[in-house]
Amino acid sequence: MARYIVRRILWGILLLVLVSALTFLIFDVFPSANPAQLRAGRNASPAIIHHITVELGLNHSLPVQFWDYMKGIFLHFNFGYSYYSQQSVLSLIVNRLPATLSLTVGAVVLWVLAGIPVGIISAIKRGSFLDRAAMGVALTFVSMPVFWLALILLYFFASDIGKFPILPGANTYVGLTSDPGKWFTSLILPWLVLAATQAAIYSRLLRGNLLEVMGEDYIRTARAKGLPERRVIWRHGVRSAITPVVTVLGLDIGGLLGGAVLTETVFEIHGIGLLNYDAILHSDFPIVQGTTLLAAMFIIVANIVVDIGYAYLDPRVKYS
Amino acid sequence: MTEALLQVDDLRVSFDSEDGVVHAVDGISYAVDTGKTLGIVGESGSGKSVSSLTTLGLTRGPRAKIEGRMMFNGRDLLTLPDEDLRKVRGDDIAMIFQDPLSALHPFYKVGVQLIEAMQSHRSISKSAAHTRAAEMLELVGIPDPKRRVDQYPHEFSGGMRQRAMIAMALSNEPKLLIADEPTTALDVTVQAQILALLQDLQDRLGMAIIIITHDLGVVAEIADDIAVMYAGRIVERGTTEEIFHSPQHPYTWGLLSSIPRLDNPRDEELVPISGRPPSLINRPSGCHFHPRCPYARDAHKRVDPPLEAVNGGTHLAACLLEGTVRTRIWDGIRTGRDLESLKRLAATSAQPVVEGDAATAPESEGTQPEPGEGSLVESEQPAREHSTETPFMGPEEMP
Repeated sequence: MARYIVRRILWGILLLVLVSALTFLIFDVFPSANPAQLRAGRNASPAIIHHITVELGLNHSLPVQFWDYMKGIFLHFNFGYSYYSQQSVLSLIVNRLPATLSLTVGAVVLWVLAGIPVGIISAIKRGSFLDRAAMGVALTFVSMPVFWLALILLYFFASDIGKFPILPGANTYVGLTSDPGKWFTSLILPWLVLAATQAAIYSRLLRGNLLEVMGEDYIRTARAKGLPERRVIWRHGVRSAITPVVTVLGLDIGGLLGGAVLTETVFEIHGIGLLNYDAILHSDFPIVQGTTLLAAMFIIVANIVVDIGYAYLDPRVKYS
Repeated sequence: MTEALLQVDDLRVSFDSEDGVVHAVDGISYAVDTGKTLGIVGESGSGKSVSSLTTLGLTRGPRAKIEGRMMFNGRDLLTLPDEDLRKVRGDDIAMIFQDPLSALHPFYKVGVQLIEAMQSHRSISKSAAHTRAAEMLELVGIPDPKRRVDQYPHEFSGGMRQRAMIAMALSNEPKLLIADEPTTALDVTVQAQILALLQDLQDRLGMAIIIITHDLGVVAEIADDIAVMYAGRIVERGTTEEIFHSPQHPYTWGLLSSIPRLDNPRDEELVPISGRPPSLINRPSGCHFHPRCPYARDAHKRVDPPLEAVNGGTHLAACLLEGTVRTRIWDGIRTGRDLESLKRLAATSAQPVVEGDAATAPESEGTQPEPGEGSLVESEQPAREHSTETPFMGPEEMP
């Protein structure tokens, strides 16, 4: 098992290097404004622009730039500096991470608490009014774009512009440590938005899994043993049906930690997603590179965690 | 012999489906005594599994209609409330299934699954149940049971898994064990071991066994009595001796002719039963077997044969051919006479009298049996057809 994990981590690091290289390439190939020019301001002389180009290292060839970047990471754990603010990318990310973490954790709790019971009840009461109503609502949520739902909620409930101003709206997020109460209320709407789609997806996924599992032979065996139906459903049915859901959950968490760009942007939560969004707008390449690496790292780690977790959930799975 | 352990009378199970009503079991009766083995034989779709699942209440549901009587230990299993029936399941009546890999939960250790079976019916501590689980594995011949009890099903071989299933089924010392195709998914050598094990356990523990199979060869080994099912009905019933030595129904002949036998000449070909099992939604008119029966006469398409005693004994068969003709045909089959001459022989059998004669050949199920011959099964058919349309079903409904 230890060997397996080490191997997976080494592969993960290689993958991250490849992701960096790809990001470099994309930035080079696709048209973007010249960072040096942007930084120099509107009426800068060519000399100043040249000076800045050299300062940012943009006069080197692409492979050299990449090599320097990798050297910085591996030797000094230095992810470069913003073209604009000159702040270190690492410190920017560390500053922004708590907001994204808050958003993700709350939303995950919410959608798990909503999606899983709904999925189970729908499967058990298949075809009932409850099932059809729940799946209808789920379909609606799945079909709604996140940004649209976010704007609608703001329109109705935001304390500044809402028709029923009951909850803090956009740009109200404060850190957990500075004011826990405000932190919580400011995140309610973003959590709801993020959780709505996911809860819908999870309930449908679990419902489908559970329906399939309840048709398995071992469920018939459990009933033939004389187990109470409740135990048949939970210990035998849900236990099997939930395993793939746990996998998806791990990957979703990994994905969200890389930044919920849409939700963070609409609600102006200064997390990783918004950082990335702003950096793209300003061609601030070191930040884009940093956030991309972070997102890729979260997904790779989530994959490893999920695969290891699977071996615990399903005893048939063995790694070596 | 006083009262049978399980006495089934006129059991009928039908399911509403989108294509129509599926008559899975259509008025069957049988009995099993303590310490005895009944073999129920038939093709897929003959209703043999449904009838046994019904014993445990596992066919109950909003779309199922279950009628008849199923007396077990003085109680009618069909009218037992769900919770009471649950207590019977796995305790007084246990069941094992065809594919032992898919029948065991892949995520739980074998021992845990046995413990669960015990604890759902007895108040027994986990450690005591664990010890007993290992003892049960030993009883069914699993080597090194103390280690095996903490392994997962996927670490067992196919035969071992079926042994573990049997151990689980027997852990509460049931009075009746229902084995649904217990050897079908296993290798031939393992099949024989499992059958020998079942017989050995029956000798030691004294439970009754119902063994369900499509393979007459399997029941020949261990059954005392055999019921042959076709299209939801029992078409022949008797002791194993009677079924193998003087089979009365053409379907049974077909089953027997399709078993390879060591005492037959090597170059003799096995004779398959032609055609396919009938739809249980639109069953053939008259004798349900007539489309596949090489000996069927014209009137057999319209008259539904009752299950009648052969020679006034316990041997029953539902066939419209005359008894003497049947005996001669079976003798002919055994001695290798060709089919054409046997068909000519069948043609000498007197045809049953049809009410209103052949003026209008009714559609399936519309057939009116000749009054004198109307069996229990048949005389109730029109009434039952009517009642399938009523949606009410009290005790069968799921909670």
